[in-house]
Formats: sequence, structure tokens, C-alpha cells
Amino acid sequence: MKMDRRQFLKIGTTAALAGAASNAEGEEYFPGWPDRLGILTDTTLCIGANCRKCEEACKKANDLPPHTTPLNDNSVFDRIRRTDPQNFTVVNRYPDPENPENPIYVKFQCMHCNEPACASACLVKAFAKTSEGPVIYNKDICIGCRYCMVACPFYIPTYDYFRPYDPQVRKCTMCYSRIKEGKIPACAEVCPKEAITFGKREVLINLAREKIRNHPERYTPHIYGEHEVGGTSWLYLAGAEFADIGFPKDLTETPYPALTRGFLGAVPLVLTIWPVFLVGLYKFSNRRGEISKNVGGSGRRGEE
Amino acid sequence: MRAGVGVARMTLGRWFSEKLLMGNSLREYLRNQITPFNIVAAVILSVGLPITWIRFTQGLGAATNLSDTNPWGLWIGVDVLSGVALAAGGFVIGTTVHLLGMKKYEPVVRPAVLTGFLGYFFVVVGLCYDLGRPWRLPYPMLVSYGVTSVMFLVGWHVALYLSVQFVEYSPALFEWLNMRKFREWAMKLTIGATIFGAILSTLHQSALGALFLLTPGKLHPLWYSPFLPVFFFISAIAAGICMVIFESMLSHQVFGRQVSQNDHENFDEITLGLGKAASAVLFSYFCLKWVGVAHDNRWALLDSSLGLLFLIEVFGFVLAPSLLLFWATRLNNATVVRLGATWAVLGIILNRVNVSMVALNWNRPDRYSPQWMELAVTITIITLGVLTFRFIVNRMPILYRHRDFEY
Repeated sequence: MKMDRRQFLKIGTTAALAGAASNAEGEEYFPGWPDRLGILTDTTLCIGANCRKCEEACKKANDLPPHTTPLNDNSVFDRIRRTDPQNFTVVNRYPDPENPENPIYVKFQCMHCNEPACASACLVKAFAKTSEGPVIYNKDICIGCRYCMVACPFYIPTYDYFRPYDPQVRKCTMCYSRIKEGKIPACAEVCPKEAITFGKREVLINLAREKIRNHPERYTPHIYGEHEVGGTSWLYLAGAEFADIGFPKDLTETPYPALTRGFLGAVPLVLTIWPVFLVGLYKFSNRRGEISKNVGGSGRRGEE
Repeated sequence: MRAGVGVARMTLGRWFSEKLLMGNSLREYLRNQITPFNIVAAVILSVGLPITWIRFTQGLGAATNLSDTNPWGLWIGVDVLSGVALAAGGFVIGTTVHLLGMKKYEPVVRPAVLTGFLGYFFVVVGLCYDLGRPWRLPYPMLVSYGVTSVMFLVGWHVALYLSVQFVEYSPALFEWLNMRKFREWAMKLTIGATIFGAILSTLHQSALGALFLLTPGKLHPLWYSPFLPVFFFISAIAAGICMVIFESMLSHQVFGRQVSQNDHENFDEITLGLGKAASAVLFSYFCLKWVGVAHDNRWALLDSSLGLLFLIEVFGFVLAPSLLLFWATRLNNATVVRLGATWAVLGIILNRVNVSMVALNWNRPDRYSPQWMELAVTITIITLGVLTFRFIVNRMPILYRHRDFEY
């Protein structure tokens, strides 16, 4: 059967569109292991001032140097802090416009994404999403490129900038080793207000929904982390807009690995089509050179 | 027995003098090295080497302003991202001459390939300053494969491409060493290496842009675009061509006596041809940037301070050099082409700096700006690159054809 040019183009276009469509389907996110664990932080219960026991427990659990200022020194709340190599979790204070007397305290740490940006960014697989839920780091293979830090939408991973020989990326592990021992994460264990609840993620989401349903006046009707960036293991409830209390704005529900999937999907295409195309070009220009040589210069500057 | 050792020593001594000291005795050679350029280079290195010591004995934090929020700085923005883009000349000229058969550009192949090879080599050197554990550089090839990572692709491709560029450059090395068999083999590999090099370049040049696909919300929306890989690829082609123009301008001033009369006459012609190509590629890149703005409907953001920076970058450092190059080629003015090419090179560096430093984390209070030691290291690495380039061009047949070999 002979194929004319138009038909050929038509088939080509259809194939290209089919490729695009299957790509779009591929972006459906991984629903996660059914029994994976999570943590629900209810910021309306957190008292913050004179407490920060979660920070202290976190430091103990991770063998980090203790706080240099007393825990009841509330001047730390005067500025917004971020995680650093000595602090895997920080509690920050945000003003509540509707209730100036009672500011909002928010504990931050790694969100333990269902499909972590850090893990998809790592070129040596130093990050792994465990089937239990925590996202953990392997210091023995990390080369220190810090792309994970660039990729993380929550600005969580931190780096040992002052350790020349064995610098590590440092972040919350959701106390993975404690979980393996049958214990619960240190911050959840120590919280005097039960603002931090550890359990199966599915159960926590139901709990959060129930809280919102029972106390609509107390909660913003949104569980932060249920869907953001494809869902996270750490979930939040709050009485304010999440954008006003330090959470990144404009995060979509697209898991981060999907952002580079299209590009990485094109790599095999280039690897297979480019060689054929370039060899063809080479043969073509060679042939053109020969013809113009044979014609003896009348081949319109074929040598150029 | 004794005489044999004596002969061997003499031959080695003569080899050393002829090959490395350019036919001088060591004393003559050293005396000739005292030039203004070398004194400046020595001052730069005497600052850069102690900083290298500080960096590797006290950690990244001692020599840089990098932070947990801004983990990438000048070394990534300039040494790596700009370095790779500016080193694209090797693959662009190789493709033009060997695959498209435009033999007119033959005289710039070797300098372009050498610029590319050394460019990539010093990108890796710069990367070693930036990596937390540079001794683990081969891990993505040997120990653990993070195949979901764009960085994995970049790592592999830069390593492979460095090898490919060495193969492309090696005929000059073997001519210098008079190793005929090796040279013959290397010459046979040229076409294959050029094709493989073009494939690798397409992928890793665009992959450097694709790295930032993981930064929506962090990278200012005027720079963040699903087209980032295409932007990086197209602009790298322009950067590569302009860098060849820029490099050949300097080479002809510095090493003019090495270049044959014939090549001197063709020099302006080649520059004009390259200028025409660069103008077209830059214009296409300019249009693409606006396709990006239109695609995501970012028009409103142009009316802001970063919007102004975007306009300066796109009009002042892409469209303006493109038009200048076009105008210069119309007038057959090679000098203006060289000016336009230099301008465009600066424009590509500005783009890489904007993407990786200025427009990244634009809405965070804790911004990054490099400290002097980072700048000193960058200048040191560029200086090392220029010195190595000069070392090779002074000794190997890069700008001329070796009379003992057929081409």
C-alpha cells in the first residue's frame, strides 16, 4: 500500500496526540499505601508560648544540641523561624486578625509527602518514602548537590554548611526509628495539649473531618495536606486561612514528580529519533557535496 | 649502559623543552612568563587557592552565603549553568561542519571543540566546589541510580559528553605527541562522536532548564514555564555560537601569528556567517519567551520590579543583540558582530543568574547574594580555564593545521 504525504502526516499527528493523552493520564497520583501513618496537627489546640515541648522532645529524639535559650523565653516568636540543622521542627507565631488577643501557633516540620519532591529530585535515591509513611534520608549515598532543598515546596530540608567532611541534609524523620520500635513520634508523645495526633492517615482524615463538622465555628473547612502536592502524611487543621499562617500559597494538587514526568518521558524519544535524524542529515549533506563536486561547481555553493 | 641512560635523559630533556617549554630552556621559558597577563593571573590564583583551602576544610558555609533557603548560588548560576550554555559551541559547530557539511566553518571546529571541552571540564571543577561531598561525584554512575531525577540525567550526560568532547579534541593532542595510530582512530570516531555529542547536548542543555520545573511557586512566574527546557536549549545554541565568535576574536588577537594567511582572510567571513546564525537563533528565542508569557497569561506581572528585570533581560539582552547582529551582518561589519556576540553572551549569563538566583525565592524575606569568596572562586576557575586554553593553543595544532598530517 502506498501512503501519500497527507495520510502520513495525519498518522503522525494522531500518534503524537495519543502520546500526549497517555501522558496526561499518567499524572494521576499514587494513592499511597493503605495503612500508612500520618500526623494531624490541630493548630487551634497549640498553646505555643512557654511550651515548645515538641521542639525539645524532637531535639532529644534526634540527638540534636539543646536550645540555647530557655523554653519559656517567648522572644523567639518575634520572628518567623525556619527549620535548620539543629532544629527539625519549629513553632512559629502568627497574628489572628479576627482575634488579636490570641495569636496562632503553628508547628512546622517535614510534611512527609505521599510523592516527595525531594525523592524525585535526588539523583542517587538518598530519599525514600517508606511504606509506613515517613520520608527518610540515607546519608551514606548523598553527594550533597542540594537539589532536594531547591525542590521542596515547603522549604524543609536543611544542610550542614559548616561540616566540611561529612555534611548531611537534615530534616524531620517522623521518628522513623521510634515507629519501628513500636513507639510514637516524640513530638506527638510529649504534646501536653494533644494538638499532635499520630495514627493511620486515613483515620486522621476522618477525625479531622469530624472536628470540622462538629465545630464549624472553630475550623477553616480545609484539611491542609489532604490533597496539597498529591497529599502529605502530615495534616493540619486551623482556624485561619492557611496562607496567612505560613503555609505556601498556590500549591496545586499535582504531585511534584509529575512536573518533570513529561520532560523525562521525552528523553527516550530524543535518544531514539535524534541518531536516525542526524545520521540522515549527515548522509544527505555528504550526498549533496558529492553531487555538487560532480557537477563541477555549478551546484550552487554546495560546499558551504 | 651509562651512555644509554644519558641518551634517555637528553631525549626526555629535549622532549620536555620542545613540547612543554615551546623550545626554550627552563630559564628562558620562566623569564618569558613574566607578562602583565600572567601577573594578574598569579594574583587571582594566590587569592583563589587559599579560599579553596577554606572551602574544603571549613565547609561550604565558611566560603559562601548559601543558606537553607537558598542552597544554590553563584557557583551553580554562573560556573555550572552559564558554563554549560557557553560551552555549547563545540556541539553546534561540530554539527554544522561534520553533519550539515558546511565546510566553510572548518577553521573554527578545533577551537570550538577545545572551548567546549575545557568549558565542561571547568564546569565539573566548579561543581566540585559546590557539592557537599565532591568525592562522591561518580555515585550516580556507580552506586545508586535516581532515575526519576532530572539531575541524574544531567550528571550522566555531562560525564558522557566530557568523554565525547575529549575524543573530538584528541586528534590535536595526538598530532602534538606524534601518535599517528591513535590519531587515526580518533579521526575515525569524529562523526560518531559528533552525532552522540549532539544528542547528549540536546538532552542535558534542556535538562538544566528542566531542573527548575520542580520550583513552581519558588521561581517567579515570568521565568517559571513548562517551556524551561526549550528556553535553555535554544538559548544555549545562541550562547554557543556567540561564544565561538567571542573566543575567536580573542584568539586572533592573542595567537594571531599561529593562524595561516588563508584563515585570516576567512576570519571575518566566518564571523559574519556565525553572526547571522546567532541573530536568527536569538530572535527565535525572543519569540519563544513571549510564547511562554502568553501560554501562562503572565502579562499582568510585567508591571512590577521583577517584570522590569524580565523586560530588560528579554529586550535588552536578547532582542537588542539579535537586531544588532542582524544589522551588522547586513553591513558586512564583523567588528560589530563581535560586539553583538559579546553582548548576547552576557545576556545568556544574565538569564541563568536570574533563573537560579534572582527570580528564585523572589517572594522570600531571606534572599541570597554572593559573598566575595564565591566571586573569587568563580574568577579563579575562569582564569584556570583561560590558562589551560592558552597552554594548549600554544602547543597543539588548534588554530592551524599540523604540516605533518593530512586532514
